[in-house]
Amino acid sequence: MTNPLLNLLLALVTAVGTLVGAAHAQDGPLRIEITEGVIEPLPYAAPDFVPDSAAAAETAQQLTRVIAADLSGTGLFREIPASAHIGQVQDFAAPVQFADWKAINAQALITGGVTVSGNKLTVRFRVWDVFAGKELGNGLQFVGTTDGWRRMAHKVADAVYSRITGESGYFDSRVVFVSESGPKNERRKRLAIMDYDGANVQYLTDSSAIVLAPRFSPTGDRVLYTSYETGFPRIYVLDVGQVKRRVLESQDGTMSFAPRFAPDGKTVVFSLAEGGNTDIYSMDVSSGKTKRLSSSPSIETGPSYSPDGKQIVFESDRSGTQQLYIMSADGGAATRISFGQGRYGTPVWSPRGDLIAFTKQSKGRFHIGVMRTDGSEERLLTASFLDEGPTWAPNGRVIMFTRETKGASGRSALYSVDITGRNLRPVRTPDGASDPSWSPLQK
Amino acid sequence: MNNFIKASAALALMTITACTNNGIDDSNSVDLNAPINGSTSGLLSDQASPAYFQQSIGDRVLFLVDQASLTDEARSILAAQAGWLASNPAYSAVIEGHADEQGTREYNLALGARRANAAREYMISQGVAGDRLKVVSYGKERPLEICSEENCYAKNRRAVTVLSSDLTG
Repeated sequence: MTNPLLNLLLALVTAVGTLVGAAHAQDGPLRIEITEGVIEPLPYAAPDFVPDSAAAAETAQQLTRVIAADLSGTGLFREIPASAHIGQVQDFAAPVQFADWKAINAQALITGGVTVSGNKLTVRFRVWDVFAGKELGNGLQFVGTTDGWRRMAHKVADAVYSRITGESGYFDSRVVFVSESGPKNERRKRLAIMDYDGANVQYLTDSSAIVLAPRFSPTGDRVLYTSYETGFPRIYVLDVGQVKRRVLESQDGTMSFAPRFAPDGKTVVFSLAEGGNTDIYSMDVSSGKTKRLSSSPSIETGPSYSPDGKQIVFESDRSGTQQLYIMSADGGAATRISFGQGRYGTPVWSPRGDLIAFTKQSKGRFHIGVMRTDGSEERLLTASFLDEGPTWAPNGRVIMFTRETKGASGRSALYSVDITGRNLRPVRTPDGASDPSWSPLQK
Repeated sequence: MNNFIKASAALALMTITACTNNGIDDSNSVDLNAPINGSTSGLLSDQASPAYFQQSIGDRVLFLVDQASLTDEARSILAAQAGWLASNPAYSAVIEGHADEQGTREYNLALGARRANAAREYMISQGVAGDRLKVVSYGKERPLEICSEENCYAKNRRAVTVLSSDLTG
C-alpha cells in the first residue's frame, strides 16, 4: 500500500553522498527530488492541539509548541506560524478544511486533541497530506501522566517525522554529558543528563572529581564514564535510574578511560594505560574478566563497536599520527581506514552501521566528519577552533558534538549537525557542556 | 470504527533523584593538582624542603607538540629531581602528565600518560625506586596557562613531579 506522502516527502539520505533534495510543490502530489542542492524545508501547520477542558488548555498549547520545535529543529520542516493561519481547528473530530491549509501552502497539517483527567494525560493526533486531501497513516493516541507531557510531545513528533520521512525519529531521547563551570584552568565537571533538546537537566554526580566522556548503554539505562575520584582515571558504570555507581576497572598503577558498551550491553571496550603505553581491552561487565585486544607500543584508544558487535573502530598513532583503524571485536590485526591529510580521532560507528563519525584535526582546525566504514567518501561537516567527540542520534541522521571556543575565556558547548553538514545548531545547556552521548529512543 | 491505535505508552518517566554527593567529599577526596601550589612548604633555603624541590630544582619538564621524548633540559631537571629524592627518602612522588588543548580528549590522556611515564622511566634510570613514583595523566583537563597560543601551550605540555611524604598504596 503506497502512501503518497511517503513518496513525496523527504526521502532523506539513502546513501552516503546522496543529499536530500527539495520538496517542491507541484501539480499533483508532492514529491521529493533528490538533488545536491539546498533543501527547501517542508512547510507544515501545527495549530494548537484542542484541549477538552480549560484544565488541559495550557498543556495542549505547550505540547504543540514542543512538537513544532522538534520538527522545525530538524531543518527539514518549516512551520507556518499561527498568525498566518486562515482556518482554525476547534474540534479535533471535525473534518479538516483542506482549502484553508492549501491557501497558506501548508503541505502537511498536524491536528490533535488533549484530555487531562486528574494526572492522566491523553494526546490524540492525526497527520494530513493537505494537497492530497488525505490522512497520512492513522490517528494515534498516547496515554501517560501530565508530568510526562514533554515526552508525549516528543513521541508525537517522532511519529510525525517517521510518517513523513519514512525514517525512525529521535526526539524521545536523552543526552548524557559533562556539565562544565569555572575557568579553563580550574574547570569543574559533573555528569548531567537531559532530554535531547536540552530540557529537564538533572545532575548525576557532583563536581568533586573530574569526570569525562559518559557513554550510554544500548538500552539507555546505564552510563559508563571516567572519573578521577581516586586521584587516577578509572571507569565507572552508573545506573541512571538509581544514580548508583560502581568502579568497573581498577588496576593499581594503571589508568583506564574511553569506555564504550558493546551492542549486547554485556561487554565494555576501553583503553588502559600502563607504563605509558595505551592499548584497548574488553571486559565482561558481570564477571569483570578483561581481554587485551591490541598490543602495540603506540597509543590505541577511542574504541567503538559496530552495531552488530563484530568489529571495533578505534584510533591509533602507530603510523606516526592519529588515524582510524578497524579490527575484529576479538582484537588482532587492524585495517587502517583514514588516509586524508591530518589527524583522525574519536571514531563512533553509526547506529545504522553505514558510517563512522570522527574528529579531524587539520591545519590548525578541528572538524567533525563522517566516512564510510571502508574510509571512502569522507565528508567534513563542521570546522572550528575546536570541535570534537561526535555522538549519533538514534536514527543515525544527526550528530551532536562538543565545540570549544578559543582563548582564556574559552567555553565548551554542545552542537548538533545533520550528516549532510546542514542545520548546525547549538543545544542549549545551563552551563558549559562537553562530551555528549545520545541515548537510544526511549521505549 | 475507532481507528485510534492505542499506543498506551506508559511513559513511566525515569525519575532520577538529583545526586549531590556520591560519598566523596573533601574528607576523602585526593586533589592531586592542589599540591602544585599547596605542598610547597618549607623554606626555599632548606634544600630538603618541597619548596626547594619545586622552585630551585624545578618540579616540571616540558615537551614538544605531540611528543613524549625528553629534551636535554628535561633530562637534567629529572636527574636533579632524582638526586633530591635520593637525599630525601621520606618522599614519594606522583608524576602528572599533561597535554595542551590541541588534541582530542582521550588521545591527550594517552599522551599525558606517555609523558609522565617518560619522566618516571628516566628518574628510575637515575636510581629512584619505581615504587616511589606513580604516574597519572590529566590530558588537557588541567592547563596551567589558559591562552590559546603557543606560549601557553608550551607550558601546558608538561610532566610535573608532585611530592608526597606519606603516599600510601
